[in-house]
Amino acid sequence: MFKSRMIVTGLLVALVGILVGACASATPAPQPTVTPAVTKVVETKVIEQTKVVEKVVTATPAPATPAPKAGSVLINGAGATFPFPLYSRWFYEYAFVDTTVRFNYQSIGSGGGIAQITAKTVDFGASDAILTADQYAKAPGIQMIPVVAGPIVPIYNIRSDDGKVITDTIKFPRTALADIYLGKIKKWNDPVLAQANPNIKLPNKDIVVVARSDGSGTTFAYTDYLSQVSAEWKEKVGQGTSVKWPTGLGGKGNEGVAGTVSQNDGAIGYVEFAYAKQNRLAYGAVQNKAGEYVLPTVEAVQAAMADFGANMGDKLALSIADAPGKKSWPIASYTYLLIYMDQTDCVKGKKLVEFIKWGLSDAGAKFARELDYVPLPPEVHKVVLDKLSKVTCQGKPL
Amino acid sequence: MFAVSQAKQRASQSRWQTLKRHLQHGDVLFRVLTALGALTVFMLIVIIGYELWLNSPLPREKFGWRFLVESEWNPVTQEFGAFPFIFGTLQTSVMALIFAVPVSLGIAIFLAELAPAWLRQPLGFIVELLAAVPSVVYGLWGLFVFIPAFVRPIAELLHTTLGFLPLFTGPVYGPSRLSASLILAIMILPTISAVSRDVLLAIPASQREAALALGATRWEMIWRVLLPYGLSGILGAVILGLGRALGETMAVTMVIGNNLALTASLLHPGYTMASIIANEFAEATYELYIQSLIQIALVLFVVTLVLNSIARVLVWRVARRVPTEVRI
Repeated sequence: MFKSRMIVTGLLVALVGILVGACASATPAPQPTVTPAVTKVVETKVIEQTKVVEKVVTATPAPATPAPKAGSVLINGAGATFPFPLYSRWFYEYAFVDTTVRFNYQSIGSGGGIAQITAKTVDFGASDAILTADQYAKAPGIQMIPVVAGPIVPIYNIRSDDGKVITDTIKFPRTALADIYLGKIKKWNDPVLAQANPNIKLPNKDIVVVARSDGSGTTFAYTDYLSQVSAEWKEKVGQGTSVKWPTGLGGKGNEGVAGTVSQNDGAIGYVEFAYAKQNRLAYGAVQNKAGEYVLPTVEAVQAAMADFGANMGDKLALSIADAPGKKSWPIASYTYLLIYMDQTDCVKGKKLVEFIKWGLSDAGAKFARELDYVPLPPEVHKVVLDKLSKVTCQGKPL
Repeated sequence: MFAVSQAKQRASQSRWQTLKRHLQHGDVLFRVLTALGALTVFMLIVIIGYELWLNSPLPREKFGWRFLVESEWNPVTQEFGAFPFIFGTLQTSVMALIFAVPVSLGIAIFLAELAPAWLRQPLGFIVELLAAVPSVVYGLWGLFVFIPAFVRPIAELLHTTLGFLPLFTGPVYGPSRLSASLILAIMILPTISAVSRDVLLAIPASQREAALALGATRWEMIWRVLLPYGLSGILGAVILGLGRALGETMAVTMVIGNNLALTASLLHPGYTMASIIANEFAEATYELYIQSLIQIALVLFVVTLVLNSIARVLVWRVARRVPTEVRI
């Protein structure tokens, strides 16, 4: 009896030992995907292999490198959430164009994208915000590549005095939005708004101001616009992915803003044009710098981009808010990819640049339009392509 | 000499045998494993606190203790103060408890004592199901259904009838501290009621029988005997609920209106510590900003610890007063 118990215990201990041993030996085995750390291991292996290939190529004067296998090149990116729907569509479609390359993009926000490309833990970053001088200094050789622009529109929900929802396009004079968000224009029948909209019977109702509460490129672009048109805004509030709103409510995300606006009679908010259009929200016309009232069409946003096309400079990063052209939509911003002008991995670098060129071409622009992003106008497109052609790998042209 | 060494041998043998006896049933192994489990919790708390502290030196250097009382939060001018968020978190959590505790107790008493047997299982199941709803679902449902259909009419009624009180000053928007508190109350309701029900069910039947035998009514039995008997357990349930309310992020962010203004009014939009982190961490662009958010996380962590400790002490004191008790 006693002995048999001993044996059982012994067996149990042995079993536990085996299990622990098995676990210990199982852990370091490389498993694909699952944890980022493990994928990184796989990745570096790819890099090493390609480096070996490079060396072989330089040693023997073979005419071309052997073509990589399907899906063998994994390009990692991280950053802005605003262009994420477009990028994932592009990745999907591009798989038919070039079968050798796969993409992995994490939409963790512009701040995260900038941090990761600065630390070189990804192959490209993405940001809605323009890098600060400080951030440029921390990532020498970084280049911002404008990809598409996104217009931002004011949305509203007002019932007129007879109880009907106003569906007409309300016109917002140039400084009206800034004054509304500053809390200076408090009523919908304020003379500034009434004069601009003689055909709409605006009610004597309080304006409920709604802003995005989460940090976002949308807020960055919107506050950029407000700072451009109103000196008071620039001084009191300023521009950023999050700002201290002088008045009103904050909704999380486009859906939070739209939801809050839809529930408050007399509310005004701002969302990405794509969101407003896809959810059929009423949005306003805005007076631009030239004094014209414009709507956020593709042409109007491209006109705004073209207005600044000549002074893209070397950084290719600039605000397109409050564009001077007659047909230009004033509230928009570029979204950017962040890449290093000198790539460390030649195969990845080449594939990445090819992909960006494809995205900017007519083939890629088609999907951008489908998703209500605005592709670059020819003037800007040319400048960006010119910059992309100068990307090098370890000092040599790609 | 020989006898002594023999005795020693016997002693060592018996010690060896004691050890063997202990080992043989796996008691020691079991004890070590459970101790490791308990230690993990402790280590986690220490590591989290340490990491948060380690990653937020800049705001401490720049603002010091002012960080806790300053109500300016402006990423553009790089001024950061946590007071509105601390206030918002405490206010919404306490309000949520005020709403949720009576209802939860009612549910628990009904389920444990009064409900007919055929109703107990399904009703208990539904209450537990409430706890399984993801918080983002509560948030979206709150924003698009609960607020317009339920909270808003109540808020407007409160404002028109009791608007003279600072608690109910207007104007009335949908998202508000009241909305957040109510959503939180719904979210902590299943936790508090399920645990309280189990506490009540664990009370020995003899207690009930004794009370009834003395001529107590149902109400008197529940109120005078069962609740005092299970008080420490019920308070434990409330602490669990409070913990969830303090840390709840997504649902609150979607319904609270995210506004920094410091007013007492429940009808005004507010902000909580968890919401500001959820809102701004992803797009925080410079170091001081990121570290200020991490520091907020640290403050939230400490507030949670302190509140839980206070509640724990409260439970102990109550437990000492009641001679027999149900512990959690």
